[in-house]
Amino acid sequence: METQAGIAGKSSDTVTGRRDSLSVLLWLLQAGPIIILVTLVVAFGLLAPHFISVRNLQNLLAQSAIVCALGLGQFLVILVRGVDVSVGSVIALSVVTVAAVTGVDQPTSFALVIYPLVGLVVGLINGLLIVKGGIPQPLVVTVAMLGIVAGVALLISGGNTLVGVSPAVHWLANGKVLGIPAGALMVLILAGLFWLMLRRTQWGRWLYAVGGNPDVAQWVGLPRDTLIMSAYAICGTTAGIAGMLYHGRTGSASPLSGIGYELDAITAVVVGGASLFGGRGSITNVLFGALIIATIRSGLQQLDVSPFWSSVAIGIGILVALELDVLRKHIENRIRTLRARQVNQ
Amino acid sequence: MNTASSESLPNGVSDKRLVLSVRDARKAYGFVTALAGASLDLHEGEIVALLGDNGAGKSTLIKAITGIVTLDSGAIELDSRPLRLRSPADARASGIETVFQDLAVFDNLTVSDNFLIGREQTWPRWLGPLGFLSAGQEQKQWREHASALSVSHVSPSQEIGLMSGGQRQAVAVARAVAFARRVVILDEPTAALGVRESDEILTMVRRLPERGLSVIIVSHNMDHVVRVADRAVVMRQGRSVGEMTVRQGVQKDLVAMIMGVT
Repeated sequence: METQAGIAGKSSDTVTGRRDSLSVLLWLLQAGPIIILVTLVVAFGLLAPHFISVRNLQNLLAQSAIVCALGLGQFLVILVRGVDVSVGSVIALSVVTVAAVTGVDQPTSFALVIYPLVGLVVGLINGLLIVKGGIPQPLVVTVAMLGIVAGVALLISGGNTLVGVSPAVHWLANGKVLGIPAGALMVLILAGLFWLMLRRTQWGRWLYAVGGNPDVAQWVGLPRDTLIMSAYAICGTTAGIAGMLYHGRTGSASPLSGIGYELDAITAVVVGGASLFGGRGSITNVLFGALIIATIRSGLQQLDVSPFWSSVAIGIGILVALELDVLRKHIENRIRTLRARQVNQ
Repeated sequence: MNTASSESLPNGVSDKRLVLSVRDARKAYGFVTALAGASLDLHEGEIVALLGDNGAGKSTLIKAITGIVTLDSGAIELDSRPLRLRSPADARASGIETVFQDLAVFDNLTVSDNFLIGREQTWPRWLGPLGFLSAGQEQKQWREHASALSVSHVSPSQEIGLMSGGQRQAVAVARAVAFARRVVILDEPTAALGVRESDEILTMVRRLPERGLSVIIVSHNMDHVVRVADRAVVMRQGRSVGEMTVRQGVQKDLVAMIMGVT
């Protein structure tokens, strides 16, 4: 009898030990994006002499502001198990709409409202199609919207690029506050607002719930469809804001603006550790994800590596992030079974 | 200690007030008849086991009482008043809570988040779902219920996806019990659990009558049925075909009734 009890106690100890080491691994995975970012900055800092300079860091922040803005909205959509690839074309549409409405001769600050409004409309259409249209594939819906919105941008502009931008928008994209790029500061404030909404309001918790298990959400009585639509609407709005920053940085309204930015946005969210299975991720990690992309781009550029390589590096980054997400699910399952074994011993 | 109560089951249990009654429930899905006139009575403080082979109509009956399925004909009464259920929310508003085996918890949320989901209090009120949550208030609410429901060993800030099946089930049951006012329905609450965890859930269920609740439990495990139930109702081919007061040692009789061999 005694030996039996001894064996049971010992195996329980090893189970606890294994569980604890798995928990540490899980924590490391969650802290992954900041660890990667710091490692990259240090590595490029050592390799490229001018990488850690005020000027370059300012540049890096200003460049990543657009992807950050896109990433914030994209994160909400990915959180509820969707994806929105139409955001790149929303940049183009918002830019040419502003140019068409306010003209380029007298660009006014009135434009500030139009960018996000254009995005909101596209986002609402996306959400409506996915929720009410009964199409279970958000990817395909937003691919279709990508084509439609890009086409409308060409139609509005007649294919022409209009040079000029309102001074307020120009300042937001290029100005500095205490040495910090104004665009980056604006996105940071926006991120703070998103964090508050996601982590401290009922809406935010419900959004995580819908992403975690849409069926249980409906069964519990959460307004599932409205929640999903709100995610797409906000994603469109942040794409409009990204369009504003894009317009300010380029100083001209081209119907071909923002091509390829949807990939950067999705990459930022995924590299930031959000799960494509839904229900997981954090706003701060999305910012880190966007900074990781900008760091890789800028760092390789400083090292005189062909920019073609940065696209390869970022692609590999996505794949690694996805595999880490699968690994995370696996570890969680292990912890659960070890817990159950321990309880039933 | 649980068997004691089923042994000393008073025959007078049916003298107690009727809480829930289903009469002549019928439901067909196209050509498939799921319910062909099923009936069920549930009295104050009673634990009834709903038994039957797969396809006997148990889950359709439960879904009707839960507001997921609308009956073609038949009547459901709660406290002698006709009950019209158009959604799970209606059932909940009437004081009926259900724990489904596969629709239990959000893995990515914490214990207390899961416990309060859909019932969070926000301030300021006029902001609705955009209002703020109070973490302190929520932990307090959890603690108040947790000790009474013997899940106090579970940490409220723990993510539920990292907990064992039994702990998750305990939280799901606790949520249903805390907010139910009349009836708790449990669908296979021990199906995926180990011995000790099943034990804890059954102990928890056995105590529900003390809180003035009546319970319907669906289970395929006759030993578990004997441990918690006062009475068993057996269904076959969409009808209630028999019932039996549950005592120690009736397992074989129950199985015979389910199989339809007498």
